[in-house]
Amino acid sequence: MESLGVLLLHPMDAYLEQELARRCRLLRFCWDAPPDRRDAFLRAHAGSVRAVVTGGVAGAGAALIDALPRLEIVACFSVGFDRVDLARCRERGVRVTNTPGVLTDDVADLAVGLAIAVLRRIPQADGYVRAGQWKAKGDFTLTTRFSGKRVGIIGLGRIGLAIARRVEAFGCPVSYYQRTKRDYPNYTFFPTVVELAATSDVLVVACSLNEQSRRIVSREVIDALGPGGVLVNIGRGGHVDEPELVAALAEGRLGGAGLDVFEDEPEVPEALVALDNVVLAPHMGSGTRETRRAMADVVLGNLEAHVSGKPLLTPVV
Amino acid sequence: MPPPAPADDAGDRPLVLLSQTPLPHFAAALEGRYRLVLAADADAATAAEARVLLVAGLNKVPAELLDRLPALELVTAVPVGVDHVDLAACRRRGIAVTNAGPAFAADSADYAVGLVVAVLRRVAAADAYVRRGRWATDGDYPLTTKVSGKRVGIVGLGRIGSMVARRLAAFGCAVSYNSRSPKPSAPYKFFPSVLDLAADSDVVVLSCALTEETRRIVNREVMEALGKDGVLVNVGRGGLVDEPELVRCLREGVIGGAGLDVYENEPDVPPELFAMDNVVLSDHRAVFTPESFRGVLDLVAGNIDAFFAGRPLISPVTL
Repeated sequence: MESLGVLLLHPMDAYLEQELARRCRLLRFCWDAPPDRRDAFLRAHAGSVRAVVTGGVAGAGAALIDALPRLEIVACFSVGFDRVDLARCRERGVRVTNTPGVLTDDVADLAVGLAIAVLRRIPQADGYVRAGQWKAKGDFTLTTRFSGKRVGIIGLGRIGLAIARRVEAFGCPVSYYQRTKRDYPNYTFFPTVVELAATSDVLVVACSLNEQSRRIVSREVIDALGPGGVLVNIGRGGHVDEPELVAALAEGRLGGAGLDVFEDEPEVPEALVALDNVVLAPHMGSGTRETRRAMADVVLGNLEAHVSGKPLLTPVV
Repeated sequence: MPPPAPADDAGDRPLVLLSQTPLPHFAAALEGRYRLVLAADADAATAAEARVLLVAGLNKVPAELLDRLPALELVTAVPVGVDHVDLAACRRRGIAVTNAGPAFAADSADYAVGLVVAVLRRVAAADAYVRRGRWATDGDYPLTTKVSGKRVGIVGLGRIGSMVARRLAAFGCAVSYNSRSPKPSAPYKFFPSVLDLAADSDVVVLSCALTEETRRIVNREVMEALGKDGVLVNVGRGGLVDEPELVRCLREGVIGGAGLDVYENEPDVPPELFAMDNVVLSDHRAVFTPESFRGVLDLVAGNIDAFFAGRPLISPVTL
């Protein structure tokens, strides 16, 4: 793999970067530079870049792909690939890989952790105690029980199933929506997200982002979830009508939310920051040392397979 | 909060003494069923007559209080823990004791799991990070550690402990436990000592009762065995942990983090903890849900009614 010219689009993981530098011909993109310098960089190195390593939020758009005539593979350091122009890759015969499986547990753990944190107001209690208010005011807050809440999951893929298995241990009845109904004896299928939301106390977004699922959590869905309902999003900010979500939370039309993703990361709507009924996380669903290491190994494994002409480990295209 | 007004007409409502003023949620519901009198306010006749004492909170119920009630046969407690009641005195006098354990178990277990995830994945710290605008200025939050696959040692495999076990097993954690005696039906590894449990665990969850044997059961030795990456979660009683030593161990990095719902001297919380990112604190609220409170009312009333009707108690505590 020593002759493989790899363009690392932005810093994403120290171990990954170290291995790419050691095993390939690594080029680090000037991600933060102004557009003309970025274009100049791409022009200068176009001849040598055969692989791009990118993250879930950065992706790889048509402009980048077009600027790299020798590009053979885009390896995503993420399971999401909604920001990779797959059509352009297909046209050009460029392979695309992601990192499914290795991050399933982490994302599911955080989804359930966020659900409990929102319903039981864990960060708020922590803040209350740290501010000395327990001693000063000593009022007690009742927060609603998590066990037994009806959990609705949008997308029963690897992550959705892992979430279902966890919440079942809390006695939560599980329902789901996805494009095709499957045969799950313990999970109730709903043919629309609105119906799913109407019968759920906690609605979890766990599907991939594509044209059909963009803003799948619409005003109608938020209204159906209602003042007693909580939304947990560990998918993509693009799954949710964010301005509508913020308004509903601020006005009490939606009970609460646990959000790991936002439409324009790292920007988080100001109105959310003032709310007590939300838990905010900086897109850290897969952010553990163990999982990022495993994700890096998948990226490296895919690049190795590509250069040796072997089947890719986790191809998307 | 003023005590409930004494009934004009004792009528059919049985007399129940209160160890302290109950929370408003309980007072209203109980007043309709029983003639409630604060033990401290009871006149001689009332004290002599009282067969039931409702322990309505965590104020101590010492032998001196019990001794003023010669007709006492039942102490029914609202909290799960009854370590603040002089159980030896109850045992001596043949007074039955009930707690509200079953009503609280799920919420306590849920909160324990919530704390485990919150500490390991820094949910509270990361929420603060986002609210302070640091995601935009300082970049991604530092990497944390996986919950799935962690070895979890539970101290006390009663109602709460077994619910914690089932939940964390579903997260892919390897669960083991310590309790007074092994539970043959439990599919988890048993350790005869908390020290051995801690040595074999990444996370220790305390969900046992506070007794003479378990007081400060988590000491420096146990925390050293748990280790620098180890996490302690306490939803039991503050008295289970040597608190000054806990603070030292956190400060020195002897253990890796803690999730605490209870403290030795509530509501005092060691202020050194306030600056720590690897700690999640809460104000003894693990069981404060409307669902628990409804369940507790049902259980307290159920036990009192069973007593007066001569039926078996629902949730007796073994003395």
